[in-house]
Amino acid sequence: MAVRVSLPKLCFTSRMSGLLDEAAGLMDGHIDEARVRGDDFDEVRDRNPERRHKERRSRPRPEQAENINDGDVNSAPGRAGDQSAEWLNDQEELRYGAQHVIKLFVPVSLCMLVVVSTISSIGFYSKKDGIYLVYTPFHETSPLASTKVWNALANAGILMVVIIIMTIGLILLYKYRCYMVIHGWLILSSFILLFIFSYLYLEECLRAYNIALDHITAVLLLWNFGVMGMICIHWVGPLRLQQAYLIFVAALMALVFIKYLPEWTTWVVLGVISIWDLVAVLTPNGPLRILVETAQERNENIFPALIYSSTVVYSIVGTANNETTGSSSGVQMDSPGDTESGFVPSWREEASEREAARRRAMDEEEVQIRPRNSSQNDVANELGLGDGEHLGDDQQRRQPAGRSPFRIREDEERGVKLGLGDFIFYSVLVGKASSYGDWNTTFACFVAILIGLCLTLLLLAVLKKALPALPISITFGLIFYFASTLLVAPFSDSLASHQVFI
Amino acid sequence: MTLCEFFGCAFMAFGPAIAMFILTIAQDPISIIIVFASGFFWLLSALLSSIIWLFFGLSSMSPQVQLALSVIFSVHCQEVFRFLLYLTLTSLDDGLKNMIESSTPIINRKMLGYSAGIGFGVMSGVFAIINVLADAVGPATMGLKAGSESFFLISSCSTLCFVLLHVFWSVIFFAALDQYRANKIQLLFVLVTHLLASSLTLLNSGGPFAASLVPNYLIVILTACVAFHAAGGSISSLKSSLTRQ
Repeated sequence: MAVRVSLPKLCFTSRMSGLLDEAAGLMDGHIDEARVRGDDFDEVRDRNPERRHKERRSRPRPEQAENINDGDVNSAPGRAGDQSAEWLNDQEELRYGAQHVIKLFVPVSLCMLVVVSTISSIGFYSKKDGIYLVYTPFHETSPLASTKVWNALANAGILMVVIIIMTIGLILLYKYRCYMVIHGWLILSSFILLFIFSYLYLEECLRAYNIALDHITAVLLLWNFGVMGMICIHWVGPLRLQQAYLIFVAALMALVFIKYLPEWTTWVVLGVISIWDLVAVLTPNGPLRILVETAQERNENIFPALIYSSTVVYSIVGTANNETTGSSSGVQMDSPGDTESGFVPSWREEASEREAARRRAMDEEEVQIRPRNSSQNDVANELGLGDGEHLGDDQQRRQPAGRSPFRIREDEERGVKLGLGDFIFYSVLVGKASSYGDWNTTFACFVAILIGLCLTLLLLAVLKKALPALPISITFGLIFYFASTLLVAPFSDSLASHQVFI
Repeated sequence: MTLCEFFGCAFMAFGPAIAMFILTIAQDPISIIIVFASGFFWLLSALLSSIIWLFFGLSSMSPQVQLALSVIFSVHCQEVFRFLLYLTLTSLDDGLKNMIESSTPIINRKMLGYSAGIGFGVMSGVFAIINVLADAVGPATMGLKAGSESFFLISSCSTLCFVLLHVFWSVIFFAALDQYRANKIQLLFVLVTHLLASSLTLLNSGGPFAASLVPNYLIVILTACVAFHAAGGSISSLKSSLTRQ
């Protein structure tokens, strides 16, 4: 039941359907999971009803969790008494689910805002000066549309092959436990982004606004900025700062794509990448799946750094803890598409920087969560050391109630997570749309992408399986981009020029 | 100067909507999502109207007539999408209700119409004025070559007028549909005032702006009263809310 959207490069965990208390913490969850998985994994499905039922009585729950066992829930003894309280709780939970959506809206919008404002104020990023990525050897210089289409398809194909190779390489590295190599890769990529690309960005900003700055100051600024970023992303730092760095890194990457991908190639790549996302996440042999399975075998959290996560969720969750949480602390991730699995495959090389960033995010969460949980609920937060005892407690508690003990947490709440890759491609789309100077189109793409994100979350809550976050949003974004450039923009221009309002 | 004009006009057009959003919507995540969803529905309706406008463009009618016809069509189209939005949101509400086994609606119905109105209004306002505003930043200013100097000002006033109207229309529309047997008079009122307000702006391309602006603000006041009534307000409730402090 873990609700998460895993995408290649973006993974998103939403706990819309999760239980509040499941938030026991990322790390705890993983550890628990490791311990429990062997014996309990199979039980997940059959036991869920009982568990749910029990939890329902004891706590507020998110709306989606119930739909499967309505009957069961209704028949639960002792439920009638607290109808009104329950209703309030339900409302709370719905709001809570919605809050996750908003928690994603904000960073996604901020990332787009950075990209769009850069594009519209700094000409450098929308100007084509004949330099392109190595992976796009065809530069669409021909005036013929057919040649351009052919070029764009070839470029997108090459780029996809590179991405697939990188993904497989990452999986192989992971499979053979070359963690040092992966970490080195991630650190190197974030280093490049935070220093070199930031330097380019700073330079273009200064040039656009015609500001003079001496080299010493510039180096000092960059050094501080970059080192702080590396520390925040790979080690520890205030959550807000880390989120800000992740957003900025994603925005920089998006700007690089916008600048260095040929015109038509960008659109084709956006389409192709969302299809790849779909394949990687949903097919049985998709790289994502393979990765997840490996991770599950090892009971590890894979590269948490690939994800943007909002930790605010945890504090909310913490307050909702109760004993049930403790009992369910064993873990769960029955869903094949774990978050972590999601990101890994998604990673393409360019994106690898983000991975690092995300991992950092996860670590950070853990740090923050642990103390909270422990203060509120001793049972819930054991880091695995104490689990044995706690589980024992759980079992004892539950058994009197006539239920067999199960230690599987159906929904591991980890707050909201969205892969940085999603940020990047959303921003690429909106930024590209804004580079043509039509604000109506930009705005339409923005709304369409957010609605797509909403729908993905809704589907996630309903289907309760891992879903890719790119396809729906990017499809909407592309449809609205072309529809509004070709149809709506001329119409609204003619309305505006006659000052007619509809 | 141009930047001042830009911010002045932008806040003139969207200030009230932004204030309403921050004060009443921003705290409620569900309402925020409704705002975005209704914005999306407005986009769909704009898409449909622009397709029709293109079809009118193929005919041999004069541009003025084409524009007038597509405005009339577009108004109907928007009202249809408002209705579809209502259906979508209420069925979503029902679905959630079943999921949670709650007997009361999950989404506050009054807020539903209001949030949907803000989404509709802001989206239509954005599409009406955002490119004009982008031009306001410069370079160059308005009114040098036989243009009206107060073009931006009037444009943003009209936008404000339509943003507010959309909020009120949605409140009336949703309240009317919520009644046991949909209140057809109120629905008709929404459609007629919408048609009237949009048609009045057709005068803008020729005559003085005041010809559309003044009547439109009268319509805003009228619609606001009707919306207040439709949302369940009365004179005594207004008085008590003002005096209770």
